[in-house]
Amino acid sequence: MEKLYVSDREIVVPGDILAEGIEYLPSGKAYREGEKIFASVMGMASVKGRVVKVIPLAGRYMPKKMDALVGKVIAVLPGGWSIEINSPYAADLPLAEGTSEYIPRGADLTRFFDLGDYIFAEVTLITETKFVKLSASRRPYRRLRGGILIEISPVKVPRLIGKQGSMVGMIKDATGCEIVVGQNGWVWAKGTPEKEALVEKIIKTIEVESHKKGLTDKIKKMLEENK
Amino acid sequence: MDQYKTLVTSLLEKGLRHDSRKLMDYRPIEVEVNPIPRANGSARVKIGNTEVIVGVKFDVGTPFPDTQDEGVLMVNAELSPLANPDFEPGPPGPAAVELARVVDRGIRESHCIDFTKLCIKEKEKVWMTFVDIYPMNDDGNLLDAAALAAVIALKNAVLPKYDEKEEKVMFKEMSKKKLDMSKLPVLVTFAKNASYIFIDPDRKEENVLDTRLSVSSLADGKLVAMQKGGQGTFTKEELLNIFDLAVEKAKEHRKLIK
Amino acid sequence: MGGKKAGSPDKLIVNGKRLDGRKLDELRPITIKAGVIPNADGSCALTMGETRVVAAVYGPRECFPKHFQLQDRAYMECIYTMVAFSTTDRARPGPSRRSTEISKVIKDALLPAVFMEKYPRTKIDVYIEVTNANAGTRTAAINAAAVALADAGIEMRDIVTAIASGKIEGQVALDLFEPEDNFGEADMPLAMMPKTKEITLLQLDGEITREEAEQMIEMSMKACEEIYELQKKALKDKYASEKSAEVEGEGDENGSV
Repeated sequence: MEKLYVSDREIVVPGDILAEGIEYLPSGKAYREGEKIFASVMGMASVKGRVVKVIPLAGRYMPKKMDALVGKVIAVLPGGWSIEINSPYAADLPLAEGTSEYIPRGADLTRFFDLGDYIFAEVTLITETKFVKLSASRRPYRRLRGGILIEISPVKVPRLIGKQGSMVGMIKDATGCEIVVGQNGWVWAKGTPEKEALVEKIIKTIEVESHKKGLTDKIKKMLEENK
Repeated sequence: MDQYKTLVTSLLEKGLRHDSRKLMDYRPIEVEVNPIPRANGSARVKIGNTEVIVGVKFDVGTPFPDTQDEGVLMVNAELSPLANPDFEPGPPGPAAVELARVVDRGIRESHCIDFTKLCIKEKEKVWMTFVDIYPMNDDGNLLDAAALAAVIALKNAVLPKYDEKEEKVMFKEMSKKKLDMSKLPVLVTFAKNASYIFIDPDRKEENVLDTRLSVSSLADGKLVAMQKGGQGTFTKEELLNIFDLAVEKAKEHRKLIK
Repeated sequence: MGGKKAGSPDKLIVNGKRLDGRKLDELRPITIKAGVIPNADGSCALTMGETRVVAAVYGPRECFPKHFQLQDRAYMECIYTMVAFSTTDRARPGPSRRSTEISKVIKDALLPAVFMEKYPRTKIDVYIEVTNANAGTRTAAINAAAVALADAGIEMRDIVTAIASGKIEGQVALDLFEPEDNFGEADMPLAMMPKTKEITLLQLDGEITREEAEQMIEMSMKACEEIYELQKKALKDKYASEKSAEVEGEGDENGSV
């Protein structure tokens, strides 16, 4: 008995049956019970060959290895920094991973990252019980000086980035702001206050209207009106 | 949040807000009258994404010793953790108490309710009017939303029947008696950041503002209650300016009171 | 049970119909809306007849106080409260013995459906306010909380669904409303995971026979299937137009500099 119960991109909710038969393989946010595969979150079903999964439409950020994040320094510790990453878990940035520079024993760590600083970093390790380690020693990962932090639902991050970075590229070009998008739903923007506020407004529009047709045109128009 | 304060301040310098409002613009206000059937009167007010419901309940109790021929007004606010990720469950804290007391003062000091009409038997039995404030979503300026909702709920409240023989309230049977709300106090809140004064701060602005002033006024321009919050200061000129603006802005809100 | 209680209507069933015109196995009208509280991670407003509840979910978030933290799973806190003007007589704000117990049974009803092990060391907060009470508030609360959890994107096996059955004038009836709840003989709230039909809440107030219990459980389980469809519809309605986004493409998943 082998059967697919959903079409690609169909909206599903927890408990919805996606497929039946051992031929099918559940991936992210789908689970198997016996022969059957069910959705575990509300989202869009995705069927790629034998792999059945759900792309979530809501939810907090849960860290994954290799994710590129925007974080905020919440503690300077003897052996590194503690970083808030918009998830239920704070992450550790060990001394050796903070920068490519050599840091001598007893150095003032706030020179590299101070309390309240924003940072762009990569997840290098995550344990079963969700202890997270970051690294910012390689480019493009770095300290982000000044600027503001903007929140967007992590599930909307791909929409903000756009195909090959087209959406965020358009916003950068039009506003002249530096923008760094973290997969954790934190976006750092730096420019003039007007442009920072505009970037914030545009990101909120993308968040609310990510599912509507003609979003790119709408954003283009907003950017032109505020030149 | 410091960087955000810089942003708010530098926009204010140019007469702008982070959400494109002008300094003296409110967010859109929506009003719903009597959304709660079980309440004797109720209102839901939305100011932008801030949403508050207020309900009125009547009961009969004994008057206070110093006002033995007057009904009693009790205003209470519950900052349920449902409305804001920073609210915590438990008994009302300072923010909830302030919210309730500011709303209370506007109603009480405007004398919009004739409490002598709420006396059933002098020294013994009077109507108690309970006004309960529940934010459903806090996106800043709960004060104005709660005050407006409270006045609308009171204006639309109907007293239950009172059985004189049995001396008890028939909670399930409504009389035709309403509160005679001759005047309508309207609360308007101003925020100050650096030297700039603006109206109706949202939650992001509340997080960075220096100080605020809430002013309750009547249609004839009389001021009836005020509350300053936050650690900053105002100059006399600023205050006088705020008083004029408060009365002016209150006119707009008064149109929403049904 | 004996004589009639004070204030009781003469009859609760007239010509086979209940005082609100329903048949014995008929639900009150239900409306469900997901995503009503912008500040919350997930939320839901639900009405069952005149009973109205609002549920909000915050989390998974960092667990405070720390001693509640579990190393291998999330901790859930569930708080059910009635707003002061939700009842005929004003309800005193704040927790009561009744609300504390109901909060606990709601949590126990929801937990079996949630993949708590996916969120070690975190806390999931479920807050429910009853804004207008007309019997069946705990089951309405469960229905709303389950939708709010799904709306928050929390991983679950299924959406928990709940309803109460009771006994009025010797007859088994579904979804009691206030006069029936006050003057009927029994009330039995039930919650289940419809996919597997596992029951996650069962309580009883009042005297019933074994046969009646069976009848009531069957009646409730059937009604749960109906409510389940409404819960799923409410969630899907929120994203009804999501599919069209594909016209413009999803974009890349990588972080951008």
